[in-house]
Amino acid sequence: MDRTIAIDVNRLCKTYDSHKAVDDLSFQVYAGEIFGLLGPNGAGKSTTLRTLITLLHPTSGTASILGHDTVRDADTVRTLIGYVPQERAIDRFLTGREHLQLLGALYHLSKDEATKRINELLKLVDLENHADRPAKTYSGGMKRKLDIACGLLPNPKILFLDEPTLGLDVQSRLRIWEYVRMLKARGMTVVMTTNYLDEADQLCDRLAIIDGGKIKTLGSPVELKIALGGDIVSLTLKEADRIPSLEIELKGRPAIKSVRTTTKGLDIRVESPEKALPAILDTANRLGCSIEFIQYNRPRLDDVFIAHTGRAITESIPETESAS
Amino acid sequence: MEHYWQEISALTMRWVRRLSREKFSMLFTLVQPMLFWLIFFGNLFQRAADTQVMQAPNYISFLAAGVVVMTVLNNGLAGGVDLLFDKENGFLERLMSTPIHRTSVILSRFIFVMAITSMQVLVILGVSYLFGVHPATGILGVATILLIGMMFGVGLTAISMAMAFSVKSHGDFFSVLGFLSLPMIFLSSALVPLSAMPGWMSFLAQFNPMTWAIDAVRPLILSGWTEALPHVGMVILVMLVFDALCLYGGAKAFRRAMG
Ligand SMILES: Nc1ncnc2c1ncn2[C@@H]1O[C@H](COP(=O)(O)OP(=O)(O)OP(=O)(O)O)[C@@H](O)[C@H]1O
Ligand SMILES: [Mg+2]
Repeated sequence: MDRTIAIDVNRLCKTYDSHKAVDDLSFQVYAGEIFGLLGPNGAGKSTTLRTLITLLHPTSGTASILGHDTVRDADTVRTLIGYVPQERAIDRFLTGREHLQLLGALYHLSKDEATKRINELLKLVDLENHADRPAKTYSGGMKRKLDIACGLLPNPKILFLDEPTLGLDVQSRLRIWEYVRMLKARGMTVVMTTNYLDEADQLCDRLAIIDGGKIKTLGSPVELKIALGGDIVSLTLKEADRIPSLEIELKGRPAIKSVRTTTKGLDIRVESPEKALPAILDTANRLGCSIEFIQYNRPRLDDVFIAHTGRAITESIPETESAS
Repeated sequence: MEHYWQEISALTMRWVRRLSREKFSMLFTLVQPMLFWLIFFGNLFQRAADTQVMQAPNYISFLAAGVVVMTVLNNGLAGGVDLLFDKENGFLERLMSTPIHRTSVILSRFIFVMAITSMQVLVILGVSYLFGVHPATGILGVATILLIGMMFGVGLTAISMAMAFSVKSHGDFFSVLGFLSLPMIFLSSALVPLSAMPGWMSFLAQFNPMTWAIDAVRPLILSGWTEALPHVGMVILVMLVFDALCLYGGAKAFRRAMG
């Protein structure tokens, strides 16, 4: 597909002392998509994001935002982006509105323009009624909403969200997913990091799984799952002696990728369930195999993650203790 | 240029707002603890102090110069604390991701610290006035005292900011702060004149920029222009060098921390 490239990352490396936080990353983000960086703690997600928003200089390699280099054209880049940091970057003593007013001045908005946008944003994130309370009286979710409003204030071409839903309750998470989809519908490009698999799965158009500073795999959630080898249909047969003949019959059929015998039946990897399921049932019928139980599993993003990193995302990374 | 001004005034307003919301620290800023020094020690050691040693009519009038400069010292060395917290909670990162001039945040902090310091110096001179300490050099002398205070304060604030940008944790910051400020005070002429110190102390005190500041402020309060002028000239030179060194170090630390 021929699409406009919003972000171009080319062989990006960032080294802290001798520790490679980001190791030779290359990827592109298309305009108008939600792009996710998925990885466990310490994978290098925030470091990558900080480089893209000009806060860190790459040790080597380059990144450009809408054609502007993040080091050479840092000033231009900063006018094009909005950023929502991972930590709640909130000044406890300022009210929500004062946060937005401060940022309005830093983005050089006129007073009228700022007031207009601030009112819109407060409505959008549902903080109108709390706008004039000091932020120290906000709940975690309210702070996060304020964070997001701050990121949106410049009306950016590209919004960077670092773990937007970390530590939020289910409802707030769903709200934030809604915002992000709405922003995309308005034409904004969104780059987000997450270590929630379901978030990456449901929200991102494409995602990169990173671990140890390297990209393990990249694609749309569906592509990544298909790349694993498709969905699995597990059959349990009433008569175990029919298993071999069914296996022979099924092997090599168009929609079927592989067939494996299990103790009580067969595990069949299929390309598209719509075509494969009728074929499997037909064949079983024809051979007179009576099926006791049929189970159908889509590979989940968890499986993709495990396949590419060798462990589940919740397992902690075996990191060498660095002296501090 | 217009943008720069918009950024700096918004950022400076933020410091003012923060101070006005922190009731406790507001109180401490106004009723400066240094004031207690002046009133408490000034009166307490009134009799112990030997006017021959002090070359001053009473200990309060001697102490006034020291207290003014100690105020500058404390404000300056603490000037980076808020930036340290901003760095730790990510607020600084948020500010730096906006298209502001890279120096705006720092400059706003300098402006704020200098304004607060000047106000406190004026309060201290005002209170001393009530105790009968009338600056011998008049309004112009007070302006000169403020200038010296500013020049010393800029360097100190730069040190504080450099520390804020380089330390790993705020525990480190406050230990270094304590480690710096006490010897700076005791190895200076703030509390006793150099002539009344043991030799090694007065030797070390000569290398303390604080001594130079006090030695210029004191005659401005006590004696008059003829005695003060050479000291004022000297301290301006010393402070130019001090500020240049501190600003250089501060800029380096800032660039290292902010990429
Ligand atoms: N300022 C720093 N100095 C030294 N090492 C750092 C620094 N910032 C990050 N690192 C290291 O770089 C690696 C990547 O960190 P990063 O914050 O990018 O991870 P992350 O993927 O965002 O993790 P998390 O999910 O916990 O936010 C980690 O090993 C971390 O210890
Ligand atoms: Mg992170």
